[in-house]
Amino acid sequence: MEATVSMAKRISPFLLVIVMITLVLSLASIYEGIDAYSKNDSVNGNLFLTMGVTTLIISTYLWFQTRKRMLKLGIAMPSINTTLECAKCGFKNVREFQRGDYVFKHTEDPCPKCNEKTMSIGAIFREVKEKERAREVGYA
Amino acid sequence: MMLTTQQVSQLVGQDNFLSWVLQIVFLGIFVVFMFYGQRIQMYIMIREVEGSLFKLKMMRDEGRKVAINAINEIGKPQVDPTAQVDRFLEYFAITPVDLDPAGIIWRLEHLLDVADTRFKEDVRLMAPQADETQINNLELTLEVALILNDIYKVIRHFYLLGKKTLSLYVIMQVQMILPLIMKEAEAHASALKAVQLGQPIGDGAGALVAAKLMHDYEKTKIEKDCVVAKVPIEGRTAYVLKAEGPGGNVGKPGEAIKQVIEQSEGKISLAIVIDAAGKLEGEKTGEVAEGLGVAIGGPQVDKYKVEETALKYKVPVNAIAIKEDVGDVVSPMRKEIFDAADGVIERIKRLIRERTKEGDFVIIAGIGNSIGIGQ
Repeated sequence: MEATVSMAKRISPFLLVIVMITLVLSLASIYEGIDAYSKNDSVNGNLFLTMGVTTLIISTYLWFQTRKRMLKLGIAMPSINTTLECAKCGFKNVREFQRGDYVFKHTEDPCPKCNEKTMSIGAIFREVKEKERAREVGYA
Repeated sequence: MMLTTQQVSQLVGQDNFLSWVLQIVFLGIFVVFMFYGQRIQMYIMIREVEGSLFKLKMMRDEGRKVAINAINEIGKPQVDPTAQVDRFLEYFAITPVDLDPAGIIWRLEHLLDVADTRFKEDVRLMAPQADETQINNLELTLEVALILNDIYKVIRHFYLLGKKTLSLYVIMQVQMILPLIMKEAEAHASALKAVQLGQPIGDGAGALVAAKLMHDYEKTKIEKDCVVAKVPIEGRTAYVLKAEGPGGNVGKPGEAIKQVIEQSEGKISLAIVIDAAGKLEGEKTGEVAEGLGVAIGGPQVDKYKVEETALKYKVPVNAIAIKEDVGDVVSPMRKEIFDAADGVIERIKRLIRERTKEGDFVIIAGIGNSIGIGQ
């Protein structure tokens, strides 16, 4: 099954301008701070460096937010598994879901272990990654 | 009055050109935020809603596309079904008058019956070659597309209203609940393929438990779109019922339970209703909980019928809930939910042993959508 993914091609020009302004301001402020230190003016040096680093962090954060939002656009289709069970020997086989599968359906797939002519569908499910599962329960 | 460079330098207390430019810019930003802070906040919120709206539009379009493709592929219609699908996506139902609540349940039931019949008839017209199971699945696909269309239109309404009025409060109310709306929309979007292909969904947890119990026993059809089987469990006789699968169908379990109780003249020692239930954050998906009462969601008609009949015949009703996230309800069934079914069966057996005597009759109703679940 294919995932339907469509990326947003348009980044807000408003946000882009803000990011650029804050970036320029932060670099100028850092330069000014270094310049002030070189002239032994630690008061202004501290002030400009603090302002510069803060705005640099803000502009980087804004930029990453834009990227994150772009990456999130899209409908992810999870992969679905079907478990086939042999009624005779109990052998279980997991394969990808196929159209027409349903729980308790008797398929024409023969059992690879005992060669029984049919196997029945015992389960159809999707598995969630461990990371996502851990996030669900939070701190517990 | 024009200020000279020297005067500006004295004002901002710097002797360097770049320094006072920076000082003025930062002071300017401070002043702008002081006077236009709320407006800037509102524009940020509008941008956020706009981003989500873009995503919702994409989901809505995807839903429409999936529905049209499925109808063309399965139903093999003579004419292009696009116009019919577009008409379907704009359907609405008006809820009955609740100013005088007497008899509202029956009026609501009638409305739901009419809607169900109308939907099925429309799908049959759109997809003449589809069989009954495929009709149910196509109907469900169209319903999911309809929900995505509704969500998109409501959010678009608030977004445009917020932009038009520039009211922080209009845009704020939608921005605040947006994460929950997006979660639901994403779940429905991922359900599109699942229902089109006939995969079991999280809502079918109750139906799965009933299917596991009634498998290998003789089944009979019961009103409406439900099946019932007589299953011996722990020396008792259980009437196990669920919506008929594997097509997408919830049936009318309330009516089915009522009929079983009335047919057995109320000689039912215990009724157990199993359904998927919304979990709280922090709870694990697939967790099982026991309780009392009728665990049937939806428009309450079925719940009302079971409560009425249980009261009339003094049948104790127990509930077993399989916990899952709101996003899992319409998404393809998770492994944890599937695995929980065996644990639920053990609980049912224990409940029967503890609450009834040998030879008694019990009802076990598996509630939920039977899509992808046979019996």
